[in-house]
Amino acid sequence: MNTMTLDAAADTPTSGKAGPAQPQAVEKESVNTRTKVRETVGKPFCDNAKLRMRNVNVFYGETQAIHDVGLDIGRNEVVAMIGPSGCGKSTFLRCLNRMNDTIEGCRVEGEFTLDDEPIYGPRVDVVPLRARVGMVFQKPNPFPKSIYDNVAYGPKIHGIANRRAELDEIVEDSLRRAGLWSEVKDRLDKPGTGLSGGQQQRLCIARAIAVSPEVILMDEPCSALDPIATARIEELIDELRKNYTIAIVTHSMQQAARVSQRTAYFHLGHLVEVNDTETVFTNPQHELTEAYITGRFG
Amino acid sequence: MTDSTQTNLTQEQVRERIAQRLAGRHRVEKLFRSLGIASIAFGVLAVVVLFTDIISKGSGAFVQSAIELRVHYDQQVLGIDKVDDESLAWANFEGVIRESLRERFPEAQSRGEKRELYSLVSTGAPFTLRDRLKANPELLGKTETVWLAADDDVDTFVKSLDDSKEGFRGRTSEQKAGWIEQLLDSGELKKRFNTTFFTNGDSREPEQAGIRAALVGSLFTLLVTLALSFPIGVAAAIYLEEYAPKNRWTDLIEVNINNLAAVPSIVFGLLGLAIFINFFELPRSAPLVGGLVLTLMTLPTIIISSRAALKAVPPSIREAAMGMGASRMQVVFHHVLPLALPGMLTGAIIGMAQALGETAPLLMIGMVAFIVDVPGGITDPATVLPVQIFLWADSPERAFVERTSAAIMVLLSFLIAMNASAVLLRKKLERRW
Repeated sequence: MNTMTLDAAADTPTSGKAGPAQPQAVEKESVNTRTKVRETVGKPFCDNAKLRMRNVNVFYGETQAIHDVGLDIGRNEVVAMIGPSGCGKSTFLRCLNRMNDTIEGCRVEGEFTLDDEPIYGPRVDVVPLRARVGMVFQKPNPFPKSIYDNVAYGPKIHGIANRRAELDEIVEDSLRRAGLWSEVKDRLDKPGTGLSGGQQQRLCIARAIAVSPEVILMDEPCSALDPIATARIEELIDELRKNYTIAIVTHSMQQAARVSQRTAYFHLGHLVEVNDTETVFTNPQHELTEAYITGRFG
Repeated sequence: MTDSTQTNLTQEQVRERIAQRLAGRHRVEKLFRSLGIASIAFGVLAVVVLFTDIISKGSGAFVQSAIELRVHYDQQVLGIDKVDDESLAWANFEGVIRESLRERFPEAQSRGEKRELYSLVSTGAPFTLRDRLKANPELLGKTETVWLAADDDVDTFVKSLDDSKEGFRGRTSEQKAGWIEQLLDSGELKKRFNTTFFTNGDSREPEQAGIRAALVGSLFTLLVTLALSFPIGVAAAIYLEEYAPKNRWTDLIEVNINNLAAVPSIVFGLLGLAIFINFFELPRSAPLVGGLVLTLMTLPTIIISSRAALKAVPPSIREAAMGMGASRMQVVFHHVLPLALPGMLTGAIIGMAQALGETAPLLMIGMVAFIVDVPGGITDPATVLPVQIFLWADSPERAFVERTSAAIMVLLSFLIAMNASAVLLRKKLERRW
């Protein structure tokens, strides 16, 4: 895996394809002095925002994982978050449906709103929040139950379906939207864990959309999948955009370029640049973004 | 860094050095393997010796010598003219047995000889006759042939004849030994399956002593233990693992649970005596108190194994459920618990097996008393199997030696069955993903 940090890249002479080692070392120093006061370059905010985040700081104990990030995610938009390992993009994503609440020693500061309603706060219940903001994880994690029960679980616990027929309908609809129906319709009672990796991930997506969320968070949903399964998920994401707002963390820049409308580049806990995906990949404004997308580190 | 070794040593030299050490490495490996095999062999040998010893000593207890007698239910000797509960209570069945014994061996004339003769049959034999008559009142005044349990001295002598021609006479006189051999030759004395051992409670007479009371006592005690320790243990484990924040207090609790698991069991007995009996004034010798004490003892085992089972559930399942908006309780009860249950049950069964074999704390709360009756509930006086073994091992009669071993066999078979069920249960319930 090509996941070196900036420091490691600068120390290794062989990685200097894009230029001699000397200028890189200089660049690294200049970056470090600038990080303290860095402003996000590009267009982090938009008018038609579904999710609004302002002044976000996240700490794991004493270490600060995210520094003063502000970002909007627009309605029916796919926002990709890219950046080297440990840059805080997953941490940021998990703040959006408060999955970080369960992590010991994790402290989240800042304003988060979903349709102008606060996400954090003493009066906010995480249960309905997570029904509105669904999540798909890096590793496919279907429950060790049948395919049907996997999809029906969310509607059941939230009391969405009153009758069995209604539930059947939701399950079928969710599986259809996840592009899995034709493959599993004859074996809905078989365990979800018996499916292939790609099918499992689509099952997880079906499970997430079964509760009709408004936002779907995807944390590197394709990193455990082969290229064919990845392509299917990417098509699916494009399809899902019509109905949902999607935030996706990915390690693959090609994937970000293929599925997203806007791309956010994170670096060491800072949001360096947010722009239309095309702009980010063809004409990056920030030198760090450029360094990352041209493969000089990361 | 690596330059120096590369310049100083050629490839041949490196290979040579490796080859030099190779023989030594193989030798150590072999030694280690044989050490492992030797340890296992020692363990297996110990188990084999234990089992052969117990089985060879205890198997005799499953048969019991009985004497065939022609018994005449004579109204005059019995002193009754009708069969009802009152008359049966004081009817002289002993006289009936003596009559038939005198009939069988008329040569016994003197008082001493007669006493010897009467002691052929167990002192429990009159009760056998009483029960028969109670079941069949029309037998009154009639004669029937009955197998009556022989006295334990007779039984010991008969069984010892299998090992040596002389046999172990012990207190048995020469004349009595002669009668016994006579009965043996005529087929009137036989070793029959010892049902008494499974249907009776404890007794001072070995031929009347059985393990039923102890078994039922053990059952009640374990039921109390299971009913208390499993829910409490699982609840504590779930709270500590899924809800409690990780701070100094929970660390302290964890350390203390581990310490509790190492506390000698007799200390729990003293605690039970002080709290349950002296303070709460619960009945002594009762399975209720025994169960409470054993609950204290098995709780740490169950908590520790349940926590381990909960820890083994992959966090991705928790995240998946939480990401769906399941509440913490739903996460635990819908997803974590079903996956952790096999491990929890295994821990519980092993804890129960431990409790079944426990003796020391029960001595402190009075379950060591001599109790003949089969307990009818959790507050009745009772004893348990391991304590029964302890009591019998203490008894002077030679016939108790084999009964002690037989009771050990019963206890061990229960323990093996419980451990086997733990393994089977885990195999059956384990879900793969």
